[in-house]
Amino acid sequence: MQSYCSLIYLGIFLPAVMLVYSLMPQKHRRKVLLLASYVFFWLVSGKLLVYLLMSTLSIHHFGLWMASIINEKKSVLAQAEKSEKKEIKARYQRQLRGVVTFAVLLHVGVLVVLKYSAFLGTNFNLLLSALKAPFSIPIPTFLLPIGISFYTMQALSYLFDVYRETIKADRNLERLALYMSFFPQIMEGPICRYSQTAMQLWECQKITYSNMTMGMQRILMGVMKKMVIADRLNILIKVVFSGYDKYDGSVMLIAMVCYTCQLYMDFSGAMDVVIGTGEIFGIKMPENFRQPFFSRTISEFWTRWHISLGAWFRDYVFYPLSMSKPLKNLTIASRKHLGNHFGPLVSGSIALFTVWLFNGLWHGSGWQYIFFGMYHFVLILLGSIVEPFVKKGTEKLHINRGGWPYKGMQIFRTVCLVNIGELFFRANGLSAGIAMFKNMVTNFTFASFRDNSFYKLGMDRYDVIITIVAVAIVLFVSIQNERGISVRKSLAQKNVVVRWAVIYALIFFIIIYGAYGAGYVPLDPIYANF
Amino acid sequence: MDELIEILEEIQPDVDYKTCHNLIDGHYLDSLSILSLVAELEDAFDITIPTVEIIPANFNSAEDIWTMIVRLQEED
Repeated sequence: MQSYCSLIYLGIFLPAVMLVYSLMPQKHRRKVLLLASYVFFWLVSGKLLVYLLMSTLSIHHFGLWMASIINEKKSVLAQAEKSEKKEIKARYQRQLRGVVTFAVLLHVGVLVVLKYSAFLGTNFNLLLSALKAPFSIPIPTFLLPIGISFYTMQALSYLFDVYRETIKADRNLERLALYMSFFPQIMEGPICRYSQTAMQLWECQKITYSNMTMGMQRILMGVMKKMVIADRLNILIKVVFSGYDKYDGSVMLIAMVCYTCQLYMDFSGAMDVVIGTGEIFGIKMPENFRQPFFSRTISEFWTRWHISLGAWFRDYVFYPLSMSKPLKNLTIASRKHLGNHFGPLVSGSIALFTVWLFNGLWHGSGWQYIFFGMYHFVLILLGSIVEPFVKKGTEKLHINRGGWPYKGMQIFRTVCLVNIGELFFRANGLSAGIAMFKNMVTNFTFASFRDNSFYKLGMDRYDVIITIVAVAIVLFVSIQNERGISVRKSLAQKNVVVRWAVIYALIFFIIIYGAYGAGYVPLDPIYANF
Repeated sequence: MDELIEILEEIQPDVDYKTCHNLIDGHYLDSLSILSLVAELEDAFDITIPTVEIIPANFNSAEDIWTMIVRLQEED
């Protein structure tokens, strides 16, 4: 089972789970979901399932450990004098911090060893060789359980939330196991918080006709994005990115735009299938995309693209770090000297740097991912630094910042910057990314179109037209969503003939124009490998 | 409340804080604006805003922020 859009998942696995789930009495449905989730994980990762089981047992244990400290603190505080309370709180806080730190180090340690050993080892050997050391260290390689970056983030969020007392530690191991492993989200997220999905999963609602049709619609849209667009673009992207030195700048530009489009269609399409599957079982999972290409700034883009990851870094890295005592003191001191805008930027930039370093590394172990993170850090920081000057300038020039021409220019600029970032993200290493960017800028000609060689790169005219039509459908839905109109809700209000006509049209569109079979190479889910 | 509106207008002037109810969800206040705001609020109202309080529900409108300030003052 390579992807959520595969025939095995949509045609066999999901219907089988739905059938067994529906036939079971409510009290056994959660067992069906948990068993299905472990079978799914075993199918994609085999015996590496043991890592997920260990992770689940670990957060269950550490959660209960913290709960016992919190309970003891409460009972001691209830009997304490007012003057003693501060000291008691501080004492128990130290204990809690010790437990959560140990637990976090354990989970992050496993992730680092499995995911980053080869990268760290290779770079350490490069350093040794630069220092002319007569030895090198052996480079270990480990098999990586699929989705480890996603479920580790969920595990950490659970631990942090128990530590902060925003949720209570769960004594029920089965419920916690289901929260950690729910099969639609285990491979590519969204990264859910315990408070968002654990109780919903535990309720195990009946599958209703309404939930099933709404879920199916969402799944169809996701499959269309993946099979008609993302898979169709795959050959062109593979060919150009692996042989970038053979093509002119216009081909680089198109490959860059195609990759950004592919990444969005692949990941947001997978999210449609994931969230649609959740809807069938009556589970509302958090959205991971909100029309990201309508963002006016890079900062806004990251609140609309992979929302659950951005929110995770914001809540568990950015704010705790920028609100820590040393950085808070720095904010206060720098505000006195630099004013209200630039003052907080000093401590904010330290926290932002950390967030984007981790964000880059989360995506993979390679310098291009670190560069990708730093690229966005610099853009967001620059955006904040120049904002007061831009504001003054636009006021002097009487430019309406709320008007569509200005907004349109901001959106176009953001889309361009995002595309450049994705070029480096996809390139086979940082030096290849730099060479491709250089080629795009310095060797920009339309020679490949004049001699028709472009159409021999994996996409003929037919493929180009189908891709444009499919992208136009996605764009139409996105524009409607941006205007606050839900196409799915509007469709649900239409009569039965119109509803089914649209659904059948989408099914036939996928069957006829999906990029599968001879001549196409299906794309492995990109985010599942992070 | 007037003092709060003044602080907000100093940080992000292009918003009608009496009517806006989606300061976070509508991207009127970003993460760096929140840092400025928290520092200002702690200074002006003699409170400590812990990290767990930095959630959209506490910052989506001037009223939400004011409710949080009053609550934190009472807890202190």
